Amino acid sequence: MADFRPGAPDQQSFLNELLDSRLLIETGVPGVYGRGGDFEEVHLRVARMITRAGAPDRPERISFPPLLPRRDLETVGYLKSFPHLAASIFAFSGTEQQAAEQYDRASRHEDWSEFQLMTELVLTPAACYPVYPAIAARGRLPAGGVTVDAGSAYVFRHEPSGDPARMQMFHQREIVRIGEPETVAAWRDTWRDRAVELLRGIGLDARFDIASDPFFGRSGRMLAASQREQELKFEVVVQIAGPEPTAVASFNYHQDHFATAYGIELADGGGAHTACLGFGLERIALALFRIHGLEVETWPAAVRGELWSA
Amino acid sequence: MKDDIRQIVKEHGRLSVDVDALTADADLYQAGMTSHASVNVMLALEDRFDVEFPDRMLKRSVFESIASIEASVTELRAQAATR
Repeated sequence: MADFRPGAPDQQSFLNELLDSRLLIETGVPGVYGRGGDFEEVHLRVARMITRAGAPDRPERISFPPLLPRRDLETVGYLKSFPHLAASIFAFSGTEQQAAEQYDRASRHEDWSEFQLMTELVLTPAACYPVYPAIAARGRLPAGGVTVDAGSAYVFRHEPSGDPARMQMFHQREIVRIGEPETVAAWRDTWRDRAVELLRGIGLDARFDIASDPFFGRSGRMLAASQREQELKFEVVVQIAGPEPTAVASFNYHQDHFATAYGIELADGGGAHTACLGFGLERIALALFRIHGLEVETWPAAVRGELWSA
Repeated sequence: MKDDIRQIVKEHGRLSVDVDALTADADLYQAGMTSHASVNVMLALEDRFDVEFPDRMLKRSVFESIASIEASVTELRAQAATR
């Protein structure tokens, strides 16, 4: 079982408020919640606000279910960097007798894992992952590359926590840019700045920081230092609860990591670069409830206007 | 020591050019070494020279060239010798 990270006192009390108001609904597993009342409506409105902001890019819209072929997780090397966060899907395959033993153990809530075998599927850890093989399958990129809006996708990270802003399954509102290095890097920077404006426009005190991914282990610390030095990752942060602001969106320049893994080439045959951005919709919704209150009707008119326009 | 370092970079650095054609000051990242490859180089150096890079030395500049690697390994060995 992954180690449970208890929340800070104000995170715990915020979670209790959310549960009491039934905006979040306990399932018994930390970081996995039902959503009630206005919670879903708020995050759908945030998602739409982002769609409007991205419309000038005229992205292609492609969305995927929250599962990824295991082979793709393997191809991008996810397990080297984040073995502690991945979840793979197993299923039963066996005899009637094994099925009966499995059922017996399960009925007593005992360990029935020995009857489970790997499938071809894993839970998607990042919403951009399925986009790269899909684009690679088309052959060389058109001139100017592509912009893909991957919609709002559920992603999974195996990190049970008492902080309501650290859910195990949450939505990333994801957009991906694939093309020439300078174009992709500039696109990433433009969106980073645009995101700060968007979030300030709904009353959140947002700013951006250089950041790194939670790479695993000691090699992980070296990868994180390298990522920071090259400014490959920015996060937009907002104070929700806890001692530090929470990252509510990230803007990631991958250089040639994914393009090389999938053989994505530019129109002239050169190597492509990729970048992606992801808005954490639950975190943004939580930030809105935290700052403006649990009742949407009492939010400032300007904020409601921005979210409920068109 | 430089020869051993060249050998390690050749094996683990995944450069897009021939290591032997690089000067000691040549930028290894520009020669194709990714951050993942630099981690493998780091681990191989620790193994070969029996040193441990502290966190403050797990930076890009330390692994930037054969010369900078040699300087850092030398520094670590000197520190170990005085313990």
